[in-house]
Amino acid sequence: MHKERVKEKIIHGIFLLLGLVTVGCVLLITIYLILSGIPAIREIGLIKFLFGKEWASTAAEAKFGILPFILTSIYGTAGAIILGVPVGFMTAVYLSKMTSPKIKEIMQAAVSLLAGIPSVVYGLVGMLVLVPGIRKMFHVPDGASLLAAIVVLAIMILPSIIKMSVTALDSVPKEYEDASLALGATPVETYFKVSVPAAKSGIAASVVLGVGRAIGEAMAVMMVAGNVPNMPDSLFQSVRFLTTAVSSEMAYSSGLQRQALFSIALVLFLFIMLINATLNFFLKREKE
Amino acid sequence: MSNIISVKDMCLWYGEHQALTNVNIDIPGNSITAFIGPSGCGKSTFLKTLNRMNDLIPSVKITGDVKYNEVDIFSKDIDVNQLRKEIGMVFQKPNPFPMSIYDNIAYGPRTHGITKKVQLDEIVENALKDASIWDEVKDRLKKNALGLSGGQQQRLCIARALAVQPKVLLMDEPTSALDPISTSRIEELVMELKEKYTIVMVTHNMQQAVRVSDYTAFFLLGELVEFGKTDEVFSEPNDKRTEDYITGRFG
Repeated sequence: MHKERVKEKIIHGIFLLLGLVTVGCVLLITIYLILSGIPAIREIGLIKFLFGKEWASTAAEAKFGILPFILTSIYGTAGAIILGVPVGFMTAVYLSKMTSPKIKEIMQAAVSLLAGIPSVVYGLVGMLVLVPGIRKMFHVPDGASLLAAIVVLAIMILPSIIKMSVTALDSVPKEYEDASLALGATPVETYFKVSVPAAKSGIAASVVLGVGRAIGEAMAVMMVAGNVPNMPDSLFQSVRFLTTAVSSEMAYSSGLQRQALFSIALVLFLFIMLINATLNFFLKREKE
Repeated sequence: MSNIISVKDMCLWYGEHQALTNVNIDIPGNSITAFIGPSGCGKSTFLKTLNRMNDLIPSVKITGDVKYNEVDIFSKDIDVNQLRKEIGMVFQKPNPFPMSIYDNIAYGPRTHGITKKVQLDEIVENALKDASIWDEVKDRLKKNALGLSGGQQQRLCIARALAVQPKVLLMDEPTSALDPISTSRIEELVMELKEKYTIVMVTHNMQQAVRVSDYTAFFLLGELVEFGKTDEVFSEPNDKRTEDYITGRFG
């Protein structure tokens, strides 16, 4: 009896420990980012760092303004949402409500596959197809631009949006739809006036998830956006995102430049935290 | 009395399984007709045929004639949405939309093109009054309908069905999920409604059929065994099977 209880306690302890690994990692990363991100901000000055329009980390007189990266990340994500959400949302409504189980199964498999493609492949295809395409279509000197990044990101966030919206739409009770049809509403009216409003928290959460995916993406945008620290004044400007700002200079950075890269990572981290909090808010509301 | 719904030799299959066999029935207008019978006898299936809700099940096949006001409801010229507007339905489980009480009632009229606030206000008020729930909800029309009790939700669903001004109201065991007090309120309501509407009601409860209905149809194994005035069906049934069922020998 006593032995059994000790065994139970040991097993309990092991599982607790395993659980703590995840929590520990998050805590460690957070603390590490804050500690290593603060010094550069302190030295450069918060306002100058966040709102400085120029990034010239290796110049004789180095400038560390990350406003171009922040705006690029925001514009890029917003653009991806504007393009991706309507497509993803409509696809979700189609898959959940309008199509046969067979087609739904096939298309959902395709969506899952899209989610599984490594981002470097997106970048590669973007580089080989999209970038030259934009150059020719709009007669600009270089197709590697904010627009190319937006298009790639829009495609990359589709799976998150579609999957989560389909789940939300599938879980709308059939009784609601029956009631609407029995009142003489057409099926399409029923989907958009009853099913979608009933699933709105889940759909909103899917959009937030897409935002998170887009803002955190590095590899694909590095390959198609041109990776030049310009202010994103036009869609055809070559730009650099928050993520790529860190990854493209880290290898050869030193001193204040290196510290500033950590600060950029910290800013990105804060963005992600904000998005996660929003996501949790919507998911909680969905449950109620 | 004229018949509003008239069914001839109707059969219905779910895939290979035949759920209804040669149903013939004429349902008189401005009356309450009750469908009784044991579970799985086809009474709910038959009810859902009348407003073509069975169309939503992919494998359903229907033969025979179903006429509503002399028009074949399966003819190609029929607008099924218009048909469902005229033949409303109340479901077994109260199923208000997850929106405000007002929006629940206004949903149908809005769908059919009414947008003026004044007009909607009037429709909402009248529908709620007709379903005798107005006094209970008039001060919280903007509150979510899911906050109402089960009995109130079901009366709200009746009001929602009335708001599109149907001629016929199909009710699929409307009180089976409710407590006795709510049940008797709905029964009273149904008896008031027959002044203006034709009501067809599936019920599991034979006392309920006796209490509220003018006509009773007894279904067994997909067949309409007997149909007639309620008091006659219950006092002197023509068919041995009806007698066995209403005296409680099976079911």
